[in-house]
Amino acid sequence: MPANRFNGHCDYGIGIGLRVPHYSHILSKKPVVDWFEIISENFMVEGGRPLELLDRILEQYRVVQHGVSMYFGSADKPDRTHLRRLRDLARRTKTPWLSDHLCWGSVDGTYTHDLLPMPYTFAAARRTAEKIRQVRDFVEVPICVENVSSYAEFHASEMTEWEFLSEVVELADCGILLDVNNIYVSSKNHSFDPYEYLNNIPHHRVGQMHVAGHTKFEKYILDTHDHPVLDPVWKLYAHATRMCGVSATLLEWDDKIPSFDEVHNEALKANEFIDGAKKAAV
Amino acid sequence: MKRPPKHAPARIASTADLRSFQRMMAAAVVRPLDANDNLQSRWIDGRPMGEVAAEFIKPNDRLTSFERLELYNRMYWYRLFDAIRDDCPGLLAALGEAAFGRLAQAYLAKRPSRSFTLRNLCSRLEAFIREHPRLSAPRTALAAEIARFEWAQTVAFDGESRPVVAAASLAKTSPARLRLGLQPYVTLLALRYPVDAYVVSVKRRDAMRSEASNTPDSNIVHRRAARRSRLPRPSRTFVAVHRLDNRLYYKRLEPEAFRILGALARGATLARAVAAGGRGATPAKVKGWFTTWMALGWFCARGNKRRARAS
Repeated sequence: MPANRFNGHCDYGIGIGLRVPHYSHILSKKPVVDWFEIISENFMVEGGRPLELLDRILEQYRVVQHGVSMYFGSADKPDRTHLRRLRDLARRTKTPWLSDHLCWGSVDGTYTHDLLPMPYTFAAARRTAEKIRQVRDFVEVPICVENVSSYAEFHASEMTEWEFLSEVVELADCGILLDVNNIYVSSKNHSFDPYEYLNNIPHHRVGQMHVAGHTKFEKYILDTHDHPVLDPVWKLYAHATRMCGVSATLLEWDDKIPSFDEVHNEALKANEFIDGAKKAAV
Repeated sequence: MKRPPKHAPARIASTADLRSFQRMMAAAVVRPLDANDNLQSRWIDGRPMGEVAAEFIKPNDRLTSFERLELYNRMYWYRLFDAIRDDCPGLLAALGEAAFGRLAQAYLAKRPSRSFTLRNLCSRLEAFIREHPRLSAPRTALAAEIARFEWAQTVAFDGESRPVVAAASLAKTSPARLRLGLQPYVTLLALRYPVDAYVVSVKRRDAMRSEASNTPDSNIVHRRAARRSRLPRPSRTFVAVHRLDNRLYYKRLEPEAFRILGALARGATLARAVAAGGRGATPAKVKGWFTTWMALGWFCARGNKRRARAS
């Protein structure tokens, strides 16, 4: 959906991640970019250069926060320091929505710093939705949860991943950050039909999309974010756009990062599929 | 992290079950890799790891349960090793790859991350090195000081900054009553080794290596860069790690100046702090030091966080 209550009713276009190798280019050349996604944790600090840089970016650009360590699916309660810093940063950036992953990664206060897949059970969905509500109520910003790529499935699961995602977002009444590349990666690792996934989620809750590159190995695919987006992922993106409407879209490129222009041009390829979806809708 | 259950729960019907499942999986993910960077073949209770993994992870037509778990196990260790290497180039250079690897693995195994951010990963490294001297022997004292210095850099990079105390406001209070705080991003270090110069030389060497990969005459530069930075010899050093205009700096201090700043950081009045400087803290020197420190913006109103800053 172009603008909905899950993305703060913002009709944002195509963005890219704000990454260190591009800082000087962005600040000196001031390229036209619809919006930047920042990794919240990189700026949840108390001072120094990160915040100075962020403030300079905020003078020129729209910024949306994306987190990597809230771990909505962890059994632990949300960390109060983490919540306070996230809220402080959201007030600074005025992010219209913020996102984090539908995963877990910490237990008993010990952090793995990974996005670990959930066991897809009703009890886990209830706990996860409860935490999403707690975070949203504290930070007072709409939340979109992102489906992760995964390399393991669990015997304890009671439903498919897309059923779990749907269950969580309905219970939490939150949005979805639909990562099309992650759906593709997981579909190959777990042998499911990615189109069945896309067809069976609440499309009206999609507030943002991610596309990215991945790496194929002999027996699995890794979500590496170090390549251009591959054709099958663009095809899935086109389908997702037809199903969900044109949504704020972001290209993730986090390793072996090329020039700013190369990353931005790769992201702008999404326009081809957006135009196609718009024509199909007419 | 609490001890994992003997078996992962077959059903997850409550938050308690979810926690039990997550303890099991997390314990497996953070378990140290074996000598060949593989998932260990035995679980903590001696059972075959393949059997334990199969209890809660499904295999597929290409990967066993063990292999699927191993992917996460490896990614955990590679990610955290990378983070420590990035934060501790000086420690890596001083200990060498093998010893640094053993130290990092032991540290992460005994002190896994307790923070949502990797930024804090090395906050307890100095203490760990001192508690486990064999891991860095015979360079334990040097290694601990480098770890302390490199953590101070992290603090200086993005630590809190408070409003600077204006010179005019100082004049209104008697030195016998005036107490000043030190900016939270400033760390005072009394060192047995000049690790500031050492870390700078390591970073310069690493930068040359990086540059060399893109230059046509890289062989010459590479040979020079590959030369190991000489380990520092003991030499009492007092240094403040701080930032100015959001750039990192290391400022050498005279012992008397260090004592004055340390006393202020511990909450002494200005008069007592200056007295703590001793005979070498002549009025002319003290005046010059304070002029510099004020210009650097080091003083702020006192807060509770300041008490333990000097070390």
